Amino acid sequence: MNKLSTALVAALAVFSMSEMAWAGKDLDAIKTRGQLVCGVMEGTAGFARLDNRGKWVGFNVDLCRAISAVIFGDSEKVKYVPLTTQQRFTAVQSGEVDLLTRNVTWTLTRDTVLGLDFGAVFYYDGQGLMVNKKLGVKSAKELEGATVCVAPGTTTELNLADYFRANKMTFKPVVIEKVDEVRAAFFSGRCDVYTNDSTSLYATRAANPPPPLTPDDFVILPEIISKEPLAPAFRQGDNQFGDIVRWTQYAMIETEEYGITSENVDEMLKSDNPSIKRILGVSPGMGKSLGVDEKWVYNIVKQVGNYGESFERNIGMGSPLKIARGLNALWKNGGAQYAPPIR
Amino acid sequence: MAVETLDSTTRPKVAPWNDPVVRGWVFQIVIVGLVGLLAWFLVTNTLENLARQKIASGYDYLSREAGFEIGDSMIPYSPASTYARAILVGMLNTLKVAVLGIVLSTILGTLIGIGRLSPNWLLSKICEWYVEAFRNVPLLLWLFLFYKLISEAFPGPRQAISLLGSLFLSNRGLYFPVPLADPIHHWMAVGLLVGVVAAFVVKRWAKRRQEATGLPFPTIRAAIALVIGVPLVVWLLGGAPHHMSWPELKGFNFQGGTVIQPEFTALLVGLVIYTSAFIAEIVRSGILALNKGQSEAAMALGLSRAQSMRLVLLPQAMRVIVPPMTSQYLNITKNSSLAIAIGYPDLVAAVNVTINQTGQAIENILIIMAAFLTVSLGISAFMNWYNKRIALRER
Repeated sequence: MNKLSTALVAALAVFSMSEMAWAGKDLDAIKTRGQLVCGVMEGTAGFARLDNRGKWVGFNVDLCRAISAVIFGDSEKVKYVPLTTQQRFTAVQSGEVDLLTRNVTWTLTRDTVLGLDFGAVFYYDGQGLMVNKKLGVKSAKELEGATVCVAPGTTTELNLADYFRANKMTFKPVVIEKVDEVRAAFFSGRCDVYTNDSTSLYATRAANPPPPLTPDDFVILPEIISKEPLAPAFRQGDNQFGDIVRWTQYAMIETEEYGITSENVDEMLKSDNPSIKRILGVSPGMGKSLGVDEKWVYNIVKQVGNYGESFERNIGMGSPLKIARGLNALWKNGGAQYAPPIR
Repeated sequence: MAVETLDSTTRPKVAPWNDPVVRGWVFQIVIVGLVGLLAWFLVTNTLENLARQKIASGYDYLSREAGFEIGDSMIPYSPASTYARAILVGMLNTLKVAVLGIVLSTILGTLIGIGRLSPNWLLSKICEWYVEAFRNVPLLLWLFLFYKLISEAFPGPRQAISLLGSLFLSNRGLYFPVPLADPIHHWMAVGLLVGVVAAFVVKRWAKRRQEATGLPFPTIRAAIALVIGVPLVVWLLGGAPHHMSWPELKGFNFQGGTVIQPEFTALLVGLVIYTSAFIAEIVRSGILALNKGQSEAAMALGLSRAQSMRLVLLPQAMRVIVPPMTSQYLNITKNSSLAIAIGYPDLVAAVNVTINQTGQAIENILIIMAAFLTVSLGISAFMNWYNKRIALRER
């Protein structure tokens, strides 16, 4: 019942939202509060989880920290609220969190009737299917009649139904709310298939098989059955806050492009390159246009790092997940990560 | 005008603001008005805020295609069905588990409650432990335990345990053969209804005859014969069609036959075991509330223990038992929404997915509330009617 009560609380919050609170706008509310409230995933290796010192770490967490660095000049002024897939939209609609930096797929419905706006795509993902090696399945086309474990209320659930319908196959879903319970059901053999965004499948395979099962007992099928552009989501109505979120993301990509890293950023301040001078606020103007401190990009890179650093540290080759950059490489390297110029 | 004269003589003339009757009315009107205003404010304010945040409102989405699959459905459903149908599927699943839960936990609870009063030390202790163990641990934990037991303890479908060659037990559930659909089944359902009605008629007739002549009649056996016999005769008259759909291992799972899924089993077992512990205590308290003289009188009449329980004690205990029993029935219905924790697609699960796909939380939560309210009021109304029927009639 606790999801129902969360939804009820959220509904009440919508009820009680007064004229005053609305007129204050999201950014002002964040500044007054002195803290950014980010909705994150409940614990997915690489993306958002508590480390052994009780600190939130991960690729999604880094984005929150970067936005906090832009608004407050300090990447630690963030409160993290772990949300299930079912709570997340109500939480952001009702103002319980300022934005979702969890793996939310950007879709038309969500961008419109859900009352949400989306930032830039921070990860190009796609939905995959994982099976036990023992089944001997080589392709998703062989899954007629399979039982599939899936988390509820996500595009994952819809893509799955679409894929099986399109290929004239049938399946039985097992839908459990808590992601831990879904995984447990899959590993116990209740389902033949576990489906999720492929990044999440890699994370699950690397971190979650209960002994004596090992990551090698499972295969991720080659088919990617959907496009999943993951982007931060926030309420409609505060354009300045939306700009800050988007340009924080672009700044992280742009700095990777110019080779500005957390290690060399202080030297880069002395660079003669006019673009770098503009980005780092040595020649002022950009921060003022965005309505934030001129050192906004410096703060991001110094405290969090650029896009590539965050990727490698959390989910890339420098992490247990070992996800290749693929589509998420810079456009110069054949990927799709491309930022509009900061000028 | 007799009334007026009476009024003016019995009540002293006072100013209207000092008149308790006038004041009472004024206060009530003011309070009702305030509540109405508050409701109006909440509704309009919500609608305004939703519109301002550009969140869609209204129930148009109900006729849109749902797009998600449901694992367990009593009526035909596919991802191409509408949201309304998906919610209906969830509602029927909730009703299925609630009705079965109420029937089974009443039977089990009554047996345990009577067992606790047994003079047999071992039996009464076992019943006592049962009650203490099951009612003192949160239901959610029992659900997790039963679900884990089923999904971990049973083998996968390819290694399924085969019983009698046609029943298959695996972590996908219990598969068993069912007769293929045949028009005779509708007539058999009619036959069943006729059998039930006939059983009631026989029961009344037997009771009247016994009151008049003292001759007993094997009512229970006759009732069973009628309820089973009439549909059986219909089936035989219809040429006894016996084509069955047999479960067969095909690919990943069994095809054909029908299945009781582990999620449903875990939820039903959890609800029944948990609630029957409470019902046992209610039954026991109902029996203990009776005067000791009742059981002594029954024994003095030469009734056996079972007869005195069935004919003398339980009918009187019902007056104490029924009102708290209503609460337990309502609890079963409401607790069935814990289904979401173990993946049984009940009403709350279907509506939660709908909320997530449409973003219309308020409308959908109103649907859940209306549905549970309807079911609960229905159960209450039935139990109140039953309570009135068995209440002590003072002559």
